Amino acid sequence: MIQQIAFLIISILAIGLATKQFLKIRRNVLLGKEEEIGGDSGRRWRNVFLVAFGQSKMFKRWIPAIFHFFIYAAFVITQIELIEIFIDGLTGIHRFFWPTLGGFYTFVISFIEILSVLAFVATVIFLIRRNIIKTPRFEKPEMKGWPKQDANIILYLEIFLIVFIFLMNSADMASHNNEYGFAISQYLSPIWSGASESTLHLMERIGWWGHVMVVFAFLNYLPISKHLHILLAFPNTYYARQNSRGEMENMPEIMNEVKSMMGLTEGGEEAMMDMDAELPEFGAKDIFDLSWKNILDAYSCTECGRCTSVCPANITGKKLSPRKILMDIRDRATEVGVKLDSGNLDYVREDLKAEAKKLTKDNFDDGKNLFDFISKEELHACTTCNACVEACPVLINPLDPILKMRRYEILTLSEGPSEWLPMFNAIENSGAVWSMPVERDHWRKELEE
Amino acid sequence: MKVPTMAELAAEGRSPEILFWVGCAGSFDSRAQKVTIAFCKILNAVGMDYAILGNEESCTGDPARRAGNEFIFQMSALQNIEVLNGYEIKKIVTACPHCFNTIKNEYPALGGNYEVIHHTQLLQELIDQGRIKMKEGGAFEGKKITYHDSCYLGRINGVYEAPRKVLEALDNELVEMKRCRTKGLCCGAGGAQMFKEDEPGDKRINIERVEEALDTKAEIIAANCPFCITMMQDGVKGKDKQEDVMVYDLAELIVNNNGL
Ligand code: SF4
Ligand code: SF4
Repeated sequence: MIQQIAFLIISILAIGLATKQFLKIRRNVLLGKEEEIGGDSGRRWRNVFLVAFGQSKMFKRWIPAIFHFFIYAAFVITQIELIEIFIDGLTGIHRFFWPTLGGFYTFVISFIEILSVLAFVATVIFLIRRNIIKTPRFEKPEMKGWPKQDANIILYLEIFLIVFIFLMNSADMASHNNEYGFAISQYLSPIWSGASESTLHLMERIGWWGHVMVVFAFLNYLPISKHLHILLAFPNTYYARQNSRGEMENMPEIMNEVKSMMGLTEGGEEAMMDMDAELPEFGAKDIFDLSWKNILDAYSCTECGRCTSVCPANITGKKLSPRKILMDIRDRATEVGVKLDSGNLDYVREDLKAEAKKLTKDNFDDGKNLFDFISKEELHACTTCNACVEACPVLINPLDPILKMRRYEILTLSEGPSEWLPMFNAIENSGAVWSMPVERDHWRKELEE
Repeated sequence: MKVPTMAELAAEGRSPEILFWVGCAGSFDSRAQKVTIAFCKILNAVGMDYAILGNEESCTGDPARRAGNEFIFQMSALQNIEVLNGYEIKKIVTACPHCFNTIKNEYPALGGNYEVIHHTQLLQELIDQGRIKMKEGGAFEGKKITYHDSCYLGRINGVYEAPRKVLEALDNELVEMKRCRTKGLCCGAGGAQMFKEDEPGDKRINIERVEEALDTKAEIIAANCPFCITMMQDGVKGKDKQEDVMVYDLAELIVNNNGL
């Protein structure tokens, strides 16, 4: 009875706390601008099934894909066991499904055990790869400190989880004369030979509780970790942009302004901007100017660095790393979220301070923005080659925020690489990227001579 | 050789089957002009009913837009669309993947809807239809050629096979670089990089790419983009290999092979 009450209280606390954190992430994502995600829902579901469920993009690199798949499959399948753990925990019954399912029960748990062994092997290999072999894409500057720890913590948690599962099952088997017949733990149970029934029971309980506690710890750890991708990969692939990669988002405000300048507006409607009004800001200065999808991308990032490892700028030693762009957006969104939660009126925009009663995303200004995280040098190094977009296993688009920030720099700040000015001027004045002393078709006239 | 303009044809009350969009590089860059001329030679040889815009053509606006300058992009793009719609253009071919991408994918949102193909696609079509016949024992028979996928034709628009089919027709040995097709490495020119110095780093991107091309031991690097050609040629020079390795556009390869 005490165990049941303890389980109930711990579950409510753990799930409640996790829910609160997940809602905060949802709020942070929605700090971004609205973006209509159009397109065909059949194709979206296909993405979810192939890319998120089937991990199709992972299989561009076979070896990590297979090991990752072991961990992933074990994780998904173990959730079935979790159903029973919850029922057992709340009712105090031991192995609720065993009497009714019998042989099928043995099959399911055996399946989980085999996957757990595979996941164990994979986890050890991943630990070696990160800490001993030091795969280059995990050693970039943005991976120093917390991101590296984060990756290791989750791998250790995984090991604990698997150890607890086998502790529980093997002790349980030993105390029930191996009647369950689980595929792996039947070979482990002999280590308990000679142990008293009470020791076996204690071991089984430690295994059970250990398993439960790791699961709850994991649930509460997810929101501050790159491992959030195990959940967000699904919505993120569903909401992935469907239009052509080659299309930069149109800016209708500017299009209409230019149309009216060129006298192209039909029916003479007033498309001119009101020149007395506050000058509008274009592009993205902070997370508020990105779309919610850009921020969802950032929270979905697995920090795998596949994007960075194919980025021509990064390969040739430039500062730009597409993964870092995503990590920066996420860190900034989280920082803003924490500040908003503080309710501290110091974070209200200067000109609104006097009348503000409450801190909201509309009057928020902490004197910082995305440019404090992402330097112009990084933005300027991008060739828009889309290699990062192609490489990402969860369909993140690292290029989109880079281009939005470039727009801010050029259109709102009127800054940017000075070498671009002659190109802009040439297009504006002579309709070509270079100012040329000859006519556009002079090559043709030479041919005719 | 005569290359007709839309205005000339319109004066005769005619409109061609297809518009050849030349682009800034194809018009002004001395290296890219050679590609333009090669392509026109092919069009003339097969008797294609085509025209160019001549002085009525402007920059598509691609580099300005990617640099972040939407105003300049819109000005240039809207002006082009005015001209194209004025001539009621239906179909466009271009030898520049940036022009190809912008007109195909970005002009529709601004009111310009056309069928757009890249010249390598047209070349493949002409070969398939038997309108271009490759001379046997041409200059490239048995030679090792490697093909550089431009980002804007390959990864961004998914055209990988048409240019390779054209190369196959030339009867040479196509050797792929390690990073090809969806994994192709950028030449370093896109996103308006063409118009500025590289950011600080260890290496220029075109050098990285040319090293990979040289590793294939190919004598010819085939490309489909005027900016890639510039970048690759500079890279080959940087590696002091300009005597051994040539960089060509696919249209040039056909012209050389057939002695057009
Ligand atoms: S699009 Fe930009 S950030 Fe992405 S891989 Fe290419 S150069 Fe790197
Ligand atoms: S953006 Fe995608 S490819 Fe890049 S690190 Fe994140 S998950 Fe990996």
